[in-house]
Amino acid sequence: MLTSRFERNRFVGAKIINVQSYGADIKIFEFECKLKAKPGQFIMLWLPGIGERPFSPTKTNPLELAVKKRGLFTKKMFELKVGDCVGIRGPYGKGFKYENVKHACLVAGGIGIAALVRLAETLSNNGAMVDFVYGVRKRDQLVFLERIEKVAELFVSTEDGSFGKKGTCIELLKRLLASKRYDCIYCCGPEPMMVQVLALCKHYNIKSQFSLERRMKCAVGICGHCALGSKLVCKDGPVFSGKTLASIREFMVHE
Amino acid sequence: MDLQASICGIKLKNPLVLASGVLGLNKNNLLIAQRGGAGALTIKSITLEKRSGHDTPNVAFFEAGVLNAFGYCNMGLSAALEEFADLSCFSVPIFGSCTASNARDFAKLVSAFDKLDFAAIELPVSCPHTPSYGLLAGQSNVEKVRAIIKACRKETKKPIFLKINAGLPNFVEIALAAEKAGADAITCSNTLGPGMVIDINTAKPVLSFKVGGVSGPAIRPMVVRAIYELYEHLKIPIIGLGGVSQGEHVIEMLMAGASAVGIATGILQRGPCVFRKCCEELSRWMKEHGYGSIEELIGFAHQ
Ligand SMILES: Cc1cc2nc3c(=O)[nH]c(=O)nc-3n(C[C@H](O)[C@H](O)[C@H](O)COP(=O)(O)O)c2cc1C
Repeated sequence: MLTSRFERNRFVGAKIINVQSYGADIKIFEFECKLKAKPGQFIMLWLPGIGERPFSPTKTNPLELAVKKRGLFTKKMFELKVGDCVGIRGPYGKGFKYENVKHACLVAGGIGIAALVRLAETLSNNGAMVDFVYGVRKRDQLVFLERIEKVAELFVSTEDGSFGKKGTCIELLKRLLASKRYDCIYCCGPEPMMVQVLALCKHYNIKSQFSLERRMKCAVGICGHCALGSKLVCKDGPVFSGKTLASIREFMVHE
Repeated sequence: MDLQASICGIKLKNPLVLASGVLGLNKNNLLIAQRGGAGALTIKSITLEKRSGHDTPNVAFFEAGVLNAFGYCNMGLSAALEEFADLSCFSVPIFGSCTASNARDFAKLVSAFDKLDFAAIELPVSCPHTPSYGLLAGQSNVEKVRAIIKACRKETKKPIFLKINAGLPNFVEIALAAEKAGADAITCSNTLGPGMVIDINTAKPVLSFKVGGVSGPAIRPMVVRAIYELYEHLKIPIIGLGGVSQGEHVIEMLMAGASAVGIATGILQRGPCVFRKCCEELSRWMKEHGYGSIEELIGFAHQ
């Protein structure tokens, strides 16, 4: 067997072929590299000399990643230019489940959009009706609006009121839930926001799936660093059902 | 099939042990391996102080296994004493693991671990990729190992396992010295090497620490040979590990002379259920070949 259980985890080289900036702290990178990944799965990106971090592909052919500047790693990423080469391994983890979902609501907070944009497209291709709630701090952090509008009804909130509804996506979601019924709510964003969305889903008795983020080291289920209770985010997740999350004490107390 | 095994008087429902360093950071981690069917669980090695370890990438892959260089990333002794104070959620024995740069610090750790409900305490002196620890602290030296075991022996009556490195030319001497100084079992082996994997696209070593310990299928023949030799020389039992992921590998280790068999990298290959799967394969093979107990297999290759 040419690709053993181990070898398929080796880095492939990925050259940057395009970089777009959105405001001061979001960049979208396109790589000369393609892979097969289900919406919700993640890859590990390696910057030699800096480290390795998980990211959700926002496109797979060619590979595209949306990156928000946060710590040292993403700061270094922001220095990358077209022609620079990074290492990619993956995909890893379990993606979203979307079979049999006819009415879906996606809720993205900030850069959580990266995990959901492909899901919206996939759901729509499968014939589902998709509402997309998207909340950011300010207007220049909004990405993929055109892509989303093609496949979903989009509801945007900004905390400073510079675009869409002033406030948070939780308020927008509450309004939708007051009048609409969904088969499933999909969510990715800061954990306190996801905790609130989970509470709403419970209140309305709607199925839900959440994409979680943890600092990953091995991504192959051996080191244990990404554990959430007795679940491994890299193997059992990063997508978890609301039902599973509700039973994990460590999710509720995070941050 | 009854797969009962025992090591230093500790009864195991099966001979498979979760090796130190994988899914052993805390109790929640260990519960995953317990659910997977392990007969005993070893915690990730604890050092006196908390360590954040080496930067990522901590793992590199090649066709026959894994290199890792986590650099003893762990919560440190005081947090560990809290985390592992109550082990009542476990139905299998838990082995403590701790490591240090010198005999005095080893003894401090063992003295603290003695007060917990660990069934045994494992002391790795064999990590090939952490400065000031294991091989990089010169713990391949027989005198150093003797001093470590002597110092630790004073601090506990619990069984002490010395974890050695099968890649050393003097591994038998080390094991014999440990046995004489009061060690109760030898765990063989830690990761071998260190080795290196270079990414040819970027022309850079993959691991941030550049080198890492080699584990998985590639090292199994070396480890089997080491266990075979240790069995000829030692009176104390051996815990064999290195590249085990199938029932047949477990049988091979037992036949070489191991009384129990550890798994680390096998979890990557088959998930945390690797323990249950190995047990099933082991049972089936024993039945088909007319073996009635694990005991009968131990050292069978020496006849
Ligand atoms: C990710 C990883 C972390 C490890 N950490 C430790 C450790 O903290 N202490 C230790 O004694 N051995 C550690 N080891 C070594 C394993 O316990 C085991 O001896 C070695 O990997 C060989 O077994 P395997 O081929 O089944 O992986 C580690 C191994 C791996 C792969």
